[in-house]
Amino acid sequence: MSTIKLRYDIPANDFVTAGEASSNVKKKLTQIGVSSDKIKKAAISMYEAEINAVIHGNGGYADVEISSDKVIINIIDYGPGIPDVELAMKAGYSTASDNIREMGFGAGMGLPNIKKYADKLEIFTEVGKGTKIVLTVYFS
Amino acid sequence: MRLMEVSVKEYFHSVNLDKDKCRGCTNCIKRCPTEAIRVRKSKAQIINERCIDCGECIRVCPHHAKTAISDSLDMINEFKYKVVVPAPSLYGQFDKKYSRNNILNALRLIGFDYVYEVARAAEIVSEATRQLLKNPNIKKPMISAACPSVVRLIQVRFPSLIENIVKLESPMEVAAKIAKNEVHEKYKIAMEDIGVFFISPCAAKVTSVKSPYEKQKSYVDGVISIKDIYIKLLSALSKVDDSSKLALAGLEGIDWANAGGESGALETYNVLAVDGIHNVIKIFDEIEEDRLSDIDFVEALSCSGGCLGGPLTIANVFIAKTTLKKHINAASKRDIKNMDKKSYEELVWTSNVEYKPVMKLDQDVSKAMEKLEKLEKIYADLPGLDCGACGAPNCRALAEDIVREIANETDCIFKLRQRIRDLAEEMVDLGGKMPPVMDKDTTE
Repeated sequence: MSTIKLRYDIPANDFVTAGEASSNVKKKLTQIGVSSDKIKKAAISMYEAEINAVIHGNGGYADVEISSDKVIINIIDYGPGIPDVELAMKAGYSTASDNIREMGFGAGMGLPNIKKYADKLEIFTEVGKGTKIVLTVYFS
Repeated sequence: MRLMEVSVKEYFHSVNLDKDKCRGCTNCIKRCPTEAIRVRKSKAQIINERCIDCGECIRVCPHHAKTAISDSLDMINEFKYKVVVPAPSLYGQFDKKYSRNNILNALRLIGFDYVYEVARAAEIVSEATRQLLKNPNIKKPMISAACPSVVRLIQVRFPSLIENIVKLESPMEVAAKIAKNEVHEKYKIAMEDIGVFFISPCAAKVTSVKSPYEKQKSYVDGVISIKDIYIKLLSALSKVDDSSKLALAGLEGIDWANAGGESGALETYNVLAVDGIHNVIKIFDEIEEDRLSDIDFVEALSCSGGCLGGPLTIANVFIAKTTLKKHINAASKRDIKNMDKKSYEELVWTSNVEYKPVMKLDQDVSKAMEKLEKLEKIYADLPGLDCGACGAPNCRALAEDIVREIANETDCIFKLRQRIRDLAEEMVDLGGKMPPVMDKDTTE
């Protein structure tokens, strides 16, 4: 069974290109004929993870693997890491700066939204080294 | 016969090509929001399944080769009684010195028996929308169905937003229905003898009459473009008899011609108005990913400036806006709050729109995967200049056409040049070879 592997750079603090990777993945899933509710789940959760990497993670990259039954999205950043994952998962909790909040981000909904929309979410993080988020959306 | 009807319904488009005028340039293919045009044999070809009748190509074509199929004014003579329902954008087309009443009387002068302003029906639709907004069970943000191109865009590109569409009939349909019934009852004229004609700023409205998605058959019998009726109206305006008071619509209805007019009438701030089809796509991406959850209503119009910027209008959209402002100021605010529940339920669509998966590469998921994989490889190998010389709007679209087997890699002039160069090099290389029996340089 074939898999399509894609890689996208996620530049640090770049709000202009933020979200481009997820919208690109969305287009490809549409071309494969994945149903729109699954595409929505993948696009929203990937977008949130991408924005997290932009705001908190000093940028990084996304590795996306599309197969006929699922999409696995890896978002890897070299940021500060998450000291308390449980706290970060709480809705409304955020460490974003005022600057970021003024731009309409940093509502503390990133990780909770990813959890809400992805079928599977794994977080690998080490303080001072970075974070890897692996999210999966199944098509059936 | 039946088969024919189905195919007409499926593929009717009002945007058409005048082959003699088309020079095969790349202007239209680059502008099309659904990548629905290719150039083949020096002529633009529209991929019917993808076309949403937005008319961007009509606007952008420097040779005026893209046209809209609309009805001629002569068609009104096929009916004993002729009713006109003018779009509010018509008022923005003429010099400010002409009042709305002048324009409506001029319509009578050129052959119509009865006038009913679409702006009046727009006020009814506004009230019905206000009532729907109060319904807590309705899917938000609600997306206006006023612009047929936007509805068709949702059908081909944003299937998850189909349930957000406000499934209320358009002001044009409401106006046609009311006018037909009024004439029938007032003058005791048989329904089939009454012809209702819409004066349209755009091609999309023609499609929505000939091939409606919201019901089986439209109440409108013909659509005449503003462009086609303009000269006749202009000369009628100079000799108009202004005795009949025909301008009855209130300012809210007239404002529908403007971008922001429809949403402005809703008495809530949680609205978003977007105009220009490429901007609409960006906003729909946001809605699709739940990032506009604080908005209750979205007014999305395909043309920049709203209907005043329609591809079949005459006046420059910015000038038309100023003119319309004058008409809005001259009108009063009409109160139609007493509309009963039943009457707005009558506006609800009797059929629905369906997703048209035209972007899908194959019906079978694993085959589509293979095609996408191949597409990525081909795309990576193309020059990425998006020049359009191959007839597709950009390199990615060419790669897509290649996997769909409607184009070849050598359609790309750079690829073709590379192949010729490789071949030439090989020929030079072969030209230097000598059979050993003839080779004098060979040392013994």
